[in-house]
Amino acid sequence: MFYREAGDFKTSYADDSQTFPIRFDRLRYYAVMAVAFGVIPFFINDYWANAVFVPFLIYAIAALGLNILTGYCGQVSLGTGGFMAVGAYAVYKLMTAFPDVSILIHVLLAGGITAMVGVLFGLPSLRIKGFYLAVATLAAQFFLVWLFNKVPWFYNYSASGQISAPERTILGQAVTGANTTAPAKYLFCLIILVALAWLARNLTRGTVGRKWMAIRDMDIAAEIIGVNPLTTKLSAFAISSFYIGVAGALFFAVYLGAAEVGEAFGIQKSFLILFMIIIGGLGSIFGSFAGAAFMVLMPVLLKNLLVGQLGWATDLAAHLELMIVGALIVIFLIAEPHGMAQLWRLAKEKLRLWPFPH
Amino acid sequence: MNQMNPEGYVTADGRKIGPVLMEMKNISLRFGGVKAITDISFDIREGEIRAIIGPNGAGKSSMLNVISGFYVPQDGEVWFRGYKRGPMKPYQVARLGIARTFQNIALFDGMSVLDNIMTGRLTLMKSGLFSQAMWWGKAEKEETEHREKVEKIIDFLEIQPIRKTPVGRLPYGLKKRVELARALAAEPKLLLLDEPMAGMNVEEKEDMCRFILDVNDEFGTTIALIEHDMGVVMDLSDRVVVMDYGKKIGDGTPDEVRSNPDVINAYLGVSHD
Repeated sequence: MFYREAGDFKTSYADDSQTFPIRFDRLRYYAVMAVAFGVIPFFINDYWANAVFVPFLIYAIAALGLNILTGYCGQVSLGTGGFMAVGAYAVYKLMTAFPDVSILIHVLLAGGITAMVGVLFGLPSLRIKGFYLAVATLAAQFFLVWLFNKVPWFYNYSASGQISAPERTILGQAVTGANTTAPAKYLFCLIILVALAWLARNLTRGTVGRKWMAIRDMDIAAEIIGVNPLTTKLSAFAISSFYIGVAGALFFAVYLGAAEVGEAFGIQKSFLILFMIIIGGLGSIFGSFAGAAFMVLMPVLLKNLLVGQLGWATDLAAHLELMIVGALIVIFLIAEPHGMAQLWRLAKEKLRLWPFPH
Repeated sequence: MNQMNPEGYVTADGRKIGPVLMEMKNISLRFGGVKAITDISFDIREGEIRAIIGPNGAGKSSMLNVISGFYVPQDGEVWFRGYKRGPMKPYQVARLGIARTFQNIALFDGMSVLDNIMTGRLTLMKSGLFSQAMWWGKAEKEETEHREKVEKIIDFLEIQPIRKTPVGRLPYGLKKRVELARALAAEPKLLLLDEPMAGMNVEEKEDMCRFILDVNDEFGTTIALIEHDMGVVMDLSDRVVVMDYGKKIGDGTPDEVRSNPDVINAYLGVSHD
């Protein structure tokens, strides 16, 4: 049932560099896609969409973005929340300024704008590394949140200081605003996520990805074999910020509907997404998904277990939930510092021989 | 066998040595008050194996770093393939066709052997970001083409069984070999080897010697190497530069260098009587 390869029987290099070289993996991938596109939209309701699926899809996009920057290119960033805010405010301004243009184009443009902002804040990475770069991106986080709070133009001078998404449709279906149905939200985010994940996989398996990883593993050696550190680091910042900007735009427009910058895109968002990629696995596309699933599902599961099954008081459960999730993160990192992607790889290695180890 | 002939000559074992590929003219390099290299000139000819030797701290590695663009010398000129080279970043030097290995291995530990060697071909791969992202046409075709070249190098250096292994898991000797493979993958005009045999046992050293000779023979790559093992240097190289305290004290064939009194003094010490 779980079959793995017994040897290398590929006859062309193109076969060897496929995403899923093993047929079983490929079939499983098609099965997941079929369920995601063909089954879930018919059963999804508002609770599942808002509590589980939509946040998972959006956080997976953000985690992919941060994983490109931190996991593949080795540049630590704590500015994720700020960059998501850029995406959110960009899509808000675009939606209100050009109501006739498709929301899909707005979301992509918001990603593009975030990419430019990301490059700007990525410039210090040419001089500083590691913790120092983390602090520099932390400055971006606080500056951007402050900017969107202080300059009324960004929230169209609304009295509350909030931004709220007007209704926009794709093919007659509302995807933002109050009348959006759960399947529409879900499918809109899912399509964008699948497209972006596919692009990320392609980027990371080719020349661009090797340049990023070369810079991550040893920047001096990377330079000596002809990698331009300037363009490589900035391309990582640009592409990563594009993903994070798209995630921010969706988070605001599709998921929240209305947002206040400090609350929705504060520093805790940056840490949340950093935790996702650390738990999921740095430098792994699958890890981004696994980490996002873990961080989104864990609180929901715990809440259902503690409040729903054991009947505890909600406030008590809420506090315990934080402690348990925190403890789980620590335990996880001690047990497998390379994240869930590594666990998955190990499991596959084991399955190669299981159940007949000789 | 006229080694002064500018057009080149043929060695005793029948290898063709071409005209001058790289020329260092009056190079001086200082770090603050420390003079690492003082007024050194020498040339490297096409197709030859050129060794730079000297006691510890003689400035050999600094010299290699000047050639590969890490250090910019305060004085002197570097001529490569008939052009004077201005101050350049290391990645620009790499694009000129100069590849190197490091004394303490500088591989990308998180990547597989295959990916490490593929990075060596980055300067030769041209497909753009969007083509890469889509993985259509050019990017995929290019990947396959370069993979074929890389597989040849993998065969050549006999590292087929480890091509999918992460480099971090390999033993030292193999890492050195992978690093050589990565440098070779760039199809360099000039290959710089910084102590390719440091820390190896006799068997590994013999393998490495064989590979260096084969590379020179089969690809016609010009090689400049730093090495401490005198036996190796004298056997491998066509010409040797000897440095001591940042100065050049000898230059010539292994036999000439061996009988040079300054070189003997530097290595064996001189009696003061």
